[in-house]
Amino acid sequence: MTPALHRVTERIRETADVTTLLLEPLEGPLMNYRCGQFNMLSALAVGEVAISLSGAPGESRLRHSIRDVGAVSRSLCRSRVGDLVGVRGPFGSDWQVAHENDGSEADSRDTVVVAGGIGLAPLRGAVEELVKAGQRGAGRVFVLVGAREPSQIVFNDDLESWARRGARVALTVDRATSTWDGRVGLVTSLLGDAGFDPKNARALLCGPEIMMRFTARALVDLGVDPEGILVSLERNMHCGVGWCGHCQLGPFLLCRDGPVVPYAGLVAELLTQRER
Amino acid sequence: MSTTMRELVASHPFTSGMQEGTLELIAGCSTNVVFAPGEMLCAEGASADTFYLLRRGRVSIDVHAPGQGTVIIETAGPGDVVGWSWLVPPYQWTFDARAMDPVGCIAVDGACLRTKALDDPSLGFALLSRVSVTLLSRLQATRMRLLDLYGDQRGH
Repeated sequence: MTPALHRVTERIRETADVTTLLLEPLEGPLMNYRCGQFNMLSALAVGEVAISLSGAPGESRLRHSIRDVGAVSRSLCRSRVGDLVGVRGPFGSDWQVAHENDGSEADSRDTVVVAGGIGLAPLRGAVEELVKAGQRGAGRVFVLVGAREPSQIVFNDDLESWARRGARVALTVDRATSTWDGRVGLVTSLLGDAGFDPKNARALLCGPEIMMRFTARALVDLGVDPEGILVSLERNMHCGVGWCGHCQLGPFLLCRDGPVVPYAGLVAELLTQRER
Repeated sequence: MSTTMRELVASHPFTSGMQEGTLELIAGCSTNVVFAPGEMLCAEGASADTFYLLRRGRVSIDVHAPGQGTVIIETAGPGDVVGWSWLVPPYQWTFDARAMDPVGCIAVDGACLRTKALDDPSLGFALLSRVSVTLLSRLQATRMRLLDLYGDQRGH
Protein backbone atom coordinates (compact mmCIF):
# COMPACT_ATOMS: atom_id res chain seq x y z
CA MET A 1 0.00 0.00 0.00
CA THR A 2 3.04 2.28 0.13
CA PRO A 3 3.73 4.03 -3.14
CA ALA A 4 6.98 3.04 -4.83
CA LEU A 5 8.87 5.96 -6.20
CA HIS A 6 9.34 5.99 -9.96
CA ARG A 7 11.24 8.44 -12.10
CA VAL A 8 9.79 10.02 -15.22
CA THR A 9 12.17 9.05 -17.99
CA GLU A 10 10.14 10.32 -20.93
CA ARG A 11 7.16 12.56 -21.44
CA ILE A 12 5.04 12.52 -24.60
CA ARG A 13 2.48 15.20 -25.36
CA GLU A 14 -0.33 13.23 -27.02
CA THR A 15 -2.89 16.06 -27.37
CA ALA A 16 -3.47 19.45 -25.79
CA ASP A 17 -4.68 17.82 -22.58
CA VAL A 18 -3.29 14.27 -22.68
CA THR A 19 0.28 13.46 -21.69
CA THR A 20 1.99 10.08 -21.56
CA LEU A 21 4.58 9.47 -18.86
CA LEU A 22 7.12 6.65 -19.07
CA LEU A 23 8.29 5.62 -15.63
CA GLU A 24 11.11 3.53 -14.20
CA PRO A 25 11.26 2.34 -10.58
CA LEU A 26 13.95 3.91 -8.42
CA GLU A 27 14.50 0.52 -6.79
CA GLY A 28 13.72 -3.05 -7.71
CA PRO A 29 12.30 -4.57 -10.88
CA LEU A 30 9.48 -3.21 -12.97
CA MET A 31 6.07 -4.42 -11.78
CA ASN A 32 4.24 -7.21 -13.63
CA TYR A 33 0.81 -6.23 -14.86
CA ARG A 34 -1.90 -7.20 -17.31
CA CYS A 35 -3.54 -5.00 -19.95
CA GLY A 36 -6.51 -3.12 -18.53
CA GLN A 37 -5.23 -2.84 -14.96
CA PHE A 38 -4.54 0.47 -13.29
CA ASN A 39 -2.12 2.05 -10.84
CA MET A 40 -2.67 4.70 -8.22
CA LEU A 41 -0.28 7.46 -9.23
CA SER A 42 0.66 10.16 -6.79
CA ALA A 43 1.88 13.58 -7.64
CA LEU A 44 4.02 14.28 -4.62
CA ALA A 45 2.44 16.74 -2.17
CA VAL A 46 -0.64 17.07 -4.39
CA GLY A 47 -2.57 13.80 -4.25
CA GLU A 48 -3.22 10.40 -5.72
CA VAL A 49 -5.34 9.31 -8.68
CA ALA A 50 -6.19 6.07 -10.47
CA ILE A 51 -4.67 5.90 -13.96
CA SER A 52 -4.84 2.91 -16.27
CA LEU A 53 -1.67 1.42 -17.67
CA SER A 54 -1.45 2.24 -21.37
CA GLY A 55 1.51 0.01 -22.09
CA ALA A 56 1.78 -3.70 -22.72
CA PRO A 57 3.53 -6.22 -20.49
CA GLY A 58 7.07 -6.69 -21.68
CA GLU A 59 7.75 -3.01 -22.20
CA SER A 60 10.81 -1.83 -20.32
CA ARG A 61 9.01 1.05 -18.59
CA LEU A 62 5.59 1.73 -17.13
CA ARG A 63 3.43 3.76 -19.47
CA HIS A 64 0.57 5.94 -18.25
CA SER A 65 -1.43 8.30 -20.45
CA ILE A 66 -3.07 10.97 -18.36
CA ARG A 67 -5.75 13.50 -19.19
CA ASP A 68 -5.57 16.80 -17.37
CA VAL A 69 -8.94 17.03 -15.64
CA GLY A 70 -8.08 18.14 -12.09
CA ALA A 71 -5.36 19.14 -9.66
CA VAL A 72 -3.61 15.76 -9.40
CA SER A 73 -3.81 14.82 -13.06
CA ARG A 74 -2.67 18.32 -14.03
CA SER A 75 0.33 18.03 -11.77
CA LEU A 76 1.17 14.61 -13.25
CA CYS A 77 0.75 15.92 -16.80
CA ARG A 78 3.18 18.73 -16.00
CA SER A 79 5.83 16.34 -14.65
CA ARG A 80 9.21 16.77 -16.25
CA VAL A 81 11.77 14.14 -17.13
CA GLY A 82 13.61 13.34 -13.90
CA ASP A 83 10.68 14.11 -11.61
CA LEU A 84 9.48 11.49 -9.14
CA VAL A 85 6.01 9.96 -9.13
CA GLY A 86 4.55 7.58 -6.55
CA VAL A 87 3.08 4.33 -7.90
CA ARG A 88 0.84 1.79 -6.13
CA GLY A 89 -0.43 -1.19 -8.02
CA PRO A 90 -1.21 -2.82 -10.31
CA PHE A 91 -4.85 -3.14 -9.33
CA GLY A 92 -8.01 -4.62 -10.75
CA SER A 93 -9.11 -6.89 -13.54
CA ASP A 94 -7.85 -6.99 -17.10
CA TRP A 95 -9.01 -7.34 -20.71
CA GLN A 96 -8.32 -11.10 -20.77
CA VAL A 97 -6.01 -10.74 -23.71
CA ALA A 98 -3.28 -13.33 -24.18
CA HIS A 99 0.21 -11.91 -23.89
CA GLU A 100 2.94 -12.79 -26.31
CA ASN A 101 5.10 -14.70 -23.84
CA ASP A 102 2.66 -15.98 -21.22
CA GLY A 103 1.96 -19.27 -22.97
CA SER A 104 -1.80 -18.71 -23.14
CA GLU A 105 -3.67 -19.35 -26.34
CA ALA A 106 -4.76 -16.30 -28.33
CA ASP A 107 -8.47 -15.93 -29.09
CA SER A 108 -9.48 -17.01 -32.57
CA ARG A 109 -12.58 -14.82 -32.61
CA ASP A 110 -12.74 -11.35 -34.12
CA THR A 111 -12.00 -8.77 -31.45
CA VAL A 112 -13.80 -5.46 -31.78
CA VAL A 113 -12.11 -2.72 -29.78
CA VAL A 114 -14.23 0.39 -29.38
CA ALA A 115 -12.73 3.42 -27.70
CA GLY A 116 -14.00 6.90 -27.05
CA GLY A 117 -11.57 9.75 -26.45
CA ILE A 118 -8.94 8.95 -23.81
CA GLY A 119 -10.65 5.55 -23.49
CA LEU A 120 -8.11 4.27 -25.99
CA ALA A 121 -5.40 4.55 -23.30
CA PRO A 122 -6.50 1.56 -21.17
CA LEU A 123 -6.95 -0.43 -24.40
CA ARG A 124 -3.65 0.49 -26.03
CA GLY A 125 -1.63 -2.38 -24.55
CA ALA A 126 -4.38 -4.89 -25.28
CA VAL A 127 -4.59 -3.80 -28.91
CA GLU A 128 -0.84 -4.13 -29.25
CA GLU A 129 -1.03 -7.70 -27.95
CA LEU A 130 -4.03 -8.49 -30.16
CA VAL A 131 -2.29 -7.15 -33.25
CA LYS A 132 0.78 -9.26 -32.50
CA ALA A 133 -1.44 -12.30 -31.96
CA GLY A 134 -3.25 -11.52 -35.22
CA GLN A 135 0.06 -11.58 -37.05
CA ARG A 136 0.62 -15.04 -35.58
CA GLY A 137 -2.72 -16.24 -36.97
CA ALA A 138 -5.16 -15.42 -34.16
CA GLY A 139 -8.48 -13.63 -34.72
CA ARG A 140 -8.88 -10.39 -36.63
CA VAL A 141 -8.68 -7.07 -34.80
CA PHE A 142 -11.01 -4.13 -35.39
CA VAL A 143 -10.15 -0.83 -33.72
CA LEU A 144 -12.97 1.71 -33.81
CA VAL A 145 -12.24 5.09 -32.29
CA GLY A 146 -14.45 8.09 -31.64
CA ALA A 147 -13.25 11.49 -30.52
CA ARG A 148 -14.72 14.92 -30.08
CA GLU A 149 -12.56 16.42 -32.83
CA PRO A 150 -9.54 15.35 -34.88
CA SER A 151 -7.02 17.06 -32.59
CA GLN A 152 -8.21 14.90 -29.68
CA ILE A 153 -7.44 11.56 -31.29
CA VAL A 154 -4.68 9.98 -29.23
CA PHE A 155 -1.95 7.54 -30.28
CA ASN A 156 -2.04 8.42 -33.98
CA ASP A 157 1.28 6.64 -34.57
CA ASP A 158 -0.05 3.49 -32.92
CA LEU A 159 -3.24 3.61 -34.96
CA GLU A 160 -1.18 3.77 -38.16
CA SER A 161 1.11 1.01 -36.95
CA TRP A 162 -1.81 -1.28 -36.04
CA ALA A 163 -3.39 -0.68 -39.46
CA ARG A 164 -0.09 -1.47 -41.19
CA ARG A 165 0.10 -4.73 -39.23
CA GLY A 166 -3.35 -5.94 -40.24
CA ALA A 167 -5.82 -4.36 -37.82
CA ARG A 168 -8.87 -2.71 -39.36
CA VAL A 169 -8.79 0.80 -37.94
CA ALA A 170 -11.66 3.26 -38.32
CA LEU A 171 -12.00 6.71 -36.81
CA THR A 172 -14.85 9.13 -36.42
CA VAL A 173 -15.22 12.53 -34.82
CA ASP A 174 -18.18 14.43 -33.42
CA ARG A 175 -17.02 17.72 -34.90
CA ALA A 176 -15.12 17.90 -38.14
CA THR A 177 -12.55 20.53 -38.98
CA SER A 178 -11.87 21.88 -42.46
CA THR A 179 -8.90 19.52 -42.90
CA TRP A 180 -10.68 16.37 -41.69
CA ASP A 181 -11.71 14.07 -44.53
CA GLY A 182 -12.70 11.12 -42.37
CA ARG A 183 -15.99 10.12 -40.87
CA VAL A 184 -18.20 12.36 -38.76
CA GLY A 185 -20.66 10.85 -36.33
CA LEU A 186 -20.99 8.72 -33.26
CA VAL A 187 -18.60 5.82 -32.77
CA THR A 188 -21.53 3.40 -33.09
CA SER A 189 -21.81 4.49 -36.75
CA LEU A 190 -18.55 2.62 -37.37
CA LEU A 191 -19.95 -0.73 -36.28
CA GLY A 192 -22.24 -1.52 -39.21
CA ASP A 193 -19.66 -1.71 -41.97
CA ALA A 194 -16.58 -2.52 -39.87
CA GLY A 195 -16.52 -6.01 -41.33
CA PHE A 196 -16.36 -8.23 -38.24
CA ASP A 197 -18.42 -11.39 -37.87
CA PRO A 198 -20.92 -10.66 -35.06
CA LYS A 199 -21.54 -14.34 -34.45
CA ASN A 200 -17.86 -14.95 -33.85
CA ALA A 201 -16.76 -11.77 -32.13
CA ARG A 202 -15.98 -10.39 -28.73
CA ALA A 203 -15.71 -6.71 -27.87
CA LEU A 204 -13.63 -4.55 -25.56
CA LEU A 205 -15.15 -1.13 -24.82
CA CYS A 206 -13.70 1.86 -23.04
CA GLY A 207 -14.83 5.45 -23.02
CA PRO A 208 -17.57 7.58 -21.50
CA GLU A 209 -20.08 5.29 -19.81
CA ILE A 210 -22.99 6.41 -21.99
CA MET A 211 -20.95 5.67 -25.08
CA MET A 212 -20.16 2.17 -23.83
CA ARG A 213 -23.80 1.54 -22.98
CA PHE A 214 -25.01 2.49 -26.44
CA THR A 215 -22.14 0.70 -28.15
CA ALA A 216 -22.82 -2.49 -26.20
CA ARG A 217 -26.49 -2.35 -27.14
CA ALA A 218 -25.62 -1.75 -30.79
CA LEU A 219 -23.24 -4.71 -30.75
CA VAL A 220 -25.90 -6.95 -29.22
CA ASP A 221 -28.37 -5.74 -31.88
CA LEU A 222 -25.87 -6.76 -34.53
CA GLY A 223 -25.70 -10.24 -33.03
CA VAL A 224 -22.65 -10.12 -30.74
CA ASP A 225 -23.04 -12.33 -27.66
CA PRO A 226 -23.41 -10.02 -24.60
CA GLU A 227 -21.22 -12.46 -22.67
CA GLY A 228 -18.38 -11.58 -25.01
CA ILE A 229 -18.52 -7.84 -24.33
CA LEU A 230 -16.19 -6.34 -21.73
CA VAL A 231 -16.41 -2.74 -20.51
CA SER A 232 -14.00 -0.72 -18.40
CA LEU A 233 -15.77 1.19 -15.63
CA GLU A 234 -14.42 3.88 -13.43
CA ARG A 235 -15.63 5.19 -10.12
CA ASN A 236 -13.89 7.07 -7.37
CA MET A 237 -10.95 4.69 -6.81
CA HIS A 238 -9.08 5.33 -3.57
CA CYS A 239 -7.54 2.35 -1.82
CA GLY A 240 -7.23 0.09 -4.87
CA VAL A 241 -7.89 -3.10 -2.92
CA GLY A 242 -11.61 -3.02 -2.12
CA TRP A 243 -11.36 -1.77 1.46
CA CYS A 244 -12.64 1.77 1.41
CA GLY A 245 -15.79 1.29 -0.68
CA HIS A 246 -15.52 4.58 -2.59
CA CYS A 247 -15.73 2.80 -5.92
CA GLN A 248 -18.81 0.72 -5.22
CA LEU A 249 -21.20 0.00 -8.07
CA GLY A 250 -23.99 -2.26 -6.86
CA PRO A 251 -22.28 -5.37 -5.50
CA PHE A 252 -19.00 -4.52 -7.23
CA LEU A 253 -16.01 -2.72 -5.81
CA LEU A 254 -14.58 -1.57 -9.10
CA CYS A 255 -10.98 -1.17 -7.93
CA ARG A 256 -10.97 -4.87 -7.09
CA ASP A 257 -13.74 -6.45 -9.22
CA GLY A 258 -13.16 -4.03 -12.12
CA PRO A 259 -12.29 -1.88 -13.85
CA VAL A 260 -12.85 -4.44 -16.62
CA VAL A 261 -16.17 -6.25 -16.16
CA PRO A 262 -18.47 -8.27 -18.42
CA TYR A 263 -21.29 -6.17 -19.82
CA ALA A 264 -23.87 -8.95 -19.71
CA GLY A 265 -26.37 -9.27 -16.89
CA LEU A 266 -26.03 -7.14 -13.80
CA VAL A 267 -23.60 -4.60 -15.21
CA ALA A 268 -25.90 -3.78 -18.13
CA GLU A 269 -28.66 -3.23 -15.60
CA LEU A 270 -26.55 -1.16 -13.21
CA LEU A 271 -25.38 1.14 -15.98
CA THR A 272 -28.94 2.34 -16.52
CA GLN A 273 -29.60 3.09 -12.84
CA ARG A 274 -29.19 6.47 -11.25
CA GLU A 275 -26.48 6.85 -8.65
CA ARG A 276 -27.69 7.64 -5.15
CA MET B 1 -25.01 -12.17 -65.55
CA SER B 2 -26.07 -8.62 -64.85
CA THR B 3 -27.74 -7.74 -61.58
CA THR B 4 -31.28 -6.51 -61.91
CA MET B 5 -32.52 -3.37 -60.19
CA ARG B 6 -34.81 -5.51 -58.04
CA GLU B 7 -31.78 -7.52 -56.84
CA LEU B 8 -29.82 -4.36 -56.12
CA VAL B 9 -32.69 -2.90 -54.12
CA ALA B 10 -33.24 -6.19 -52.27
CA SER B 11 -29.56 -6.36 -51.30
CA HIS B 12 -29.66 -3.04 -49.41
CA PRO B 13 -30.25 -3.17 -45.62
CA PHE B 14 -33.01 -0.57 -45.94
CA THR B 15 -35.24 -3.07 -47.70
CA SER B 16 -34.40 -6.05 -45.49
CA GLY B 17 -37.53 -8.13 -44.90
CA MET B 18 -39.68 -6.24 -47.39
CA GLN B 19 -42.32 -8.17 -49.28
CA GLU B 20 -41.73 -9.06 -52.90
CA GLY B 21 -44.39 -6.71 -54.23
CA THR B 22 -42.97 -3.78 -52.29
CA LEU B 23 -39.48 -4.51 -53.56
CA GLU B 24 -40.80 -4.52 -57.12
CA LEU B 25 -42.50 -1.18 -56.59
CA ILE B 26 -39.35 0.42 -55.18
CA ALA B 27 -37.21 -1.11 -57.92
CA GLY B 28 -39.60 0.41 -60.46
CA CYS B 29 -38.81 3.86 -59.07
CA SER B 30 -35.04 3.32 -58.80
CA THR B 31 -31.93 3.88 -60.87
CA ASN B 32 -28.33 2.89 -60.25
CA VAL B 33 -26.13 6.00 -60.06
CA VAL B 34 -22.53 6.93 -59.33
CA PHE B 35 -21.02 10.18 -58.06
CA ALA B 36 -17.42 11.31 -58.35
CA PRO B 37 -15.69 12.71 -55.26
CA GLY B 38 -16.91 16.25 -54.63
CA GLU B 39 -20.07 15.82 -56.65
CA MET B 40 -23.32 16.81 -54.94
CA LEU B 41 -26.09 14.29 -54.37
CA CYS B 42 -28.39 17.08 -53.28
CA ALA B 43 -28.18 20.75 -52.42
CA GLU B 44 -29.84 22.73 -49.64
CA GLY B 45 -33.05 24.41 -50.83
CA ALA B 46 -33.38 22.30 -53.97
CA SER B 47 -36.43 20.20 -54.66
CA ALA B 48 -36.22 16.89 -52.78
CA ASP B 49 -37.75 14.19 -54.94
CA THR B 50 -35.06 11.54 -54.48
CA PHE B 51 -33.40 9.57 -51.73
CA TYR B 52 -30.30 7.45 -51.93
CA LEU B 53 -29.47 3.95 -50.73
CA LEU B 54 -25.69 3.95 -50.44
CA ARG B 55 -23.88 0.90 -51.72
CA ARG B 56 -20.26 2.05 -51.67
CA GLY B 57 -18.26 5.16 -50.79
CA ARG B 58 -18.90 7.86 -48.22
CA VAL B 59 -21.17 10.86 -48.37
CA SER B 60 -20.88 13.97 -46.22
CA ILE B 61 -23.97 15.75 -44.99
CA ASP B 62 -22.90 19.35 -44.74
CA VAL B 63 -24.04 22.91 -44.53
CA HIS B 64 -22.45 26.20 -45.45
CA ALA B 65 -21.91 28.41 -42.42
CA PRO B 66 -20.94 32.06 -42.90
CA GLY B 67 -17.38 32.59 -41.74
CA GLN B 68 -16.76 28.87 -41.31
CA GLY B 69 -17.16 27.58 -44.84
CA THR B 70 -18.59 24.11 -45.30
CA VAL B 71 -19.21 22.31 -42.02
CA ILE B 72 -19.62 18.53 -42.15
CA ILE B 73 -22.38 17.49 -39.78
CA GLU B 74 -22.29 13.78 -40.39
CA THR B 75 -21.01 11.21 -42.83
CA ALA B 76 -22.89 8.28 -44.25
CA GLY B 77 -21.51 5.07 -45.68
CA PRO B 78 -22.48 1.81 -47.34
CA GLY B 79 -25.82 0.53 -46.06
CA ASP B 80 -26.99 4.00 -45.03
CA VAL B 81 -29.87 6.01 -46.43
CA VAL B 82 -29.36 9.62 -47.43
CA GLY B 83 -32.34 11.94 -47.58
CA TRP B 84 -35.82 11.98 -46.15
CA SER B 85 -36.94 15.46 -47.20
CA TRP B 86 -38.86 13.75 -50.03
CA LEU B 87 -41.29 12.44 -47.41
CA VAL B 88 -42.54 15.67 -45.91
CA PRO B 89 -43.64 19.01 -47.37
CA PRO B 90 -42.27 21.27 -48.68
CA TYR B 91 -40.08 18.52 -50.22
CA GLN B 92 -36.89 20.57 -50.16
CA TRP B 93 -33.40 19.53 -49.08
CA THR B 94 -32.32 21.08 -45.80
CA PHE B 95 -28.64 20.14 -46.12
CA ASP B 96 -26.09 19.47 -48.82
CA ALA B 97 -24.93 15.92 -49.45
CA ARG B 98 -21.59 15.47 -51.19
CA ALA B 99 -19.61 12.42 -52.32
CA MET B 100 -16.35 12.08 -50.38
CA ASP B 101 -15.18 9.07 -52.38
CA PRO B 102 -16.42 7.48 -55.59
CA VAL B 103 -19.98 6.72 -54.50
CA GLY B 104 -22.26 4.05 -55.86
CA CYS B 105 -25.88 4.16 -54.81
CA ILE B 106 -29.46 3.50 -55.76
CA ALA B 107 -31.37 6.71 -56.42
CA VAL B 108 -35.00 6.19 -55.54
CA ASP B 109 -37.61 8.53 -56.98
CA GLY B 110 -39.40 9.65 -53.83
CA ALA B 111 -42.08 11.56 -55.73
CA CYS B 112 -42.91 8.37 -57.63
CA LEU B 113 -43.06 6.41 -54.36
CA ARG B 114 -45.25 9.03 -52.69
CA THR B 115 -47.77 8.66 -55.49
CA LYS B 116 -47.67 4.86 -55.31
CA ALA B 117 -47.97 4.92 -51.51
CA LEU B 118 -51.19 6.95 -51.77
CA ASP B 119 -52.73 4.03 -53.67
CA ASP B 120 -51.04 1.34 -51.61
CA PRO B 121 -51.07 1.95 -47.84
CA SER B 122 -48.97 -1.17 -47.21
CA LEU B 123 -46.20 0.37 -49.30
CA GLY B 124 -46.52 3.63 -47.37
CA PHE B 125 -46.35 1.74 -44.06
CA ALA B 126 -43.33 -0.30 -45.17
CA LEU B 127 -41.51 2.86 -46.22
CA LEU B 128 -42.40 4.86 -43.13
CA SER B 129 -41.46 1.99 -40.80
CA ARG B 130 -38.01 1.78 -42.29
CA VAL B 131 -37.44 5.51 -42.56
CA SER B 132 -38.52 5.82 -38.91
CA VAL B 133 -35.87 3.31 -37.84
CA THR B 134 -33.23 5.31 -39.68
CA LEU B 135 -34.53 8.60 -38.30
CA LEU B 136 -34.63 7.26 -34.75
CA SER B 137 -31.12 5.94 -35.01
CA ARG B 138 -29.84 9.28 -36.33
CA LEU B 139 -31.80 11.20 -33.69
CA GLN B 140 -30.30 9.09 -30.90
CA ALA B 141 -26.82 9.53 -32.32
CA THR B 142 -27.37 13.28 -32.57
CA ARG B 143 -28.59 13.44 -28.97
CA MET B 144 -25.50 11.56 -27.87
CA ARG B 145 -23.28 13.98 -29.73
CA LEU B 146 -25.11 16.89 -28.09
CA LEU B 147 -23.98 15.47 -24.76
CA ASP B 148 -20.41 16.25 -25.77
CA LEU B 149 -19.33 12.95 -24.21
CA TYR B 150 -15.65 13.48 -24.76
CA GLY B 151 -15.71 17.11 -23.68
CA ASP B 152 -14.26 18.68 -20.56
CA GLN B 153 -14.66 16.43 -17.56
CA ARG B 154 -13.78 17.34 -14.04
CA GLY B 155 -11.95 14.87 -11.90
CA HIS B 156 -8.82 14.37 -9.85
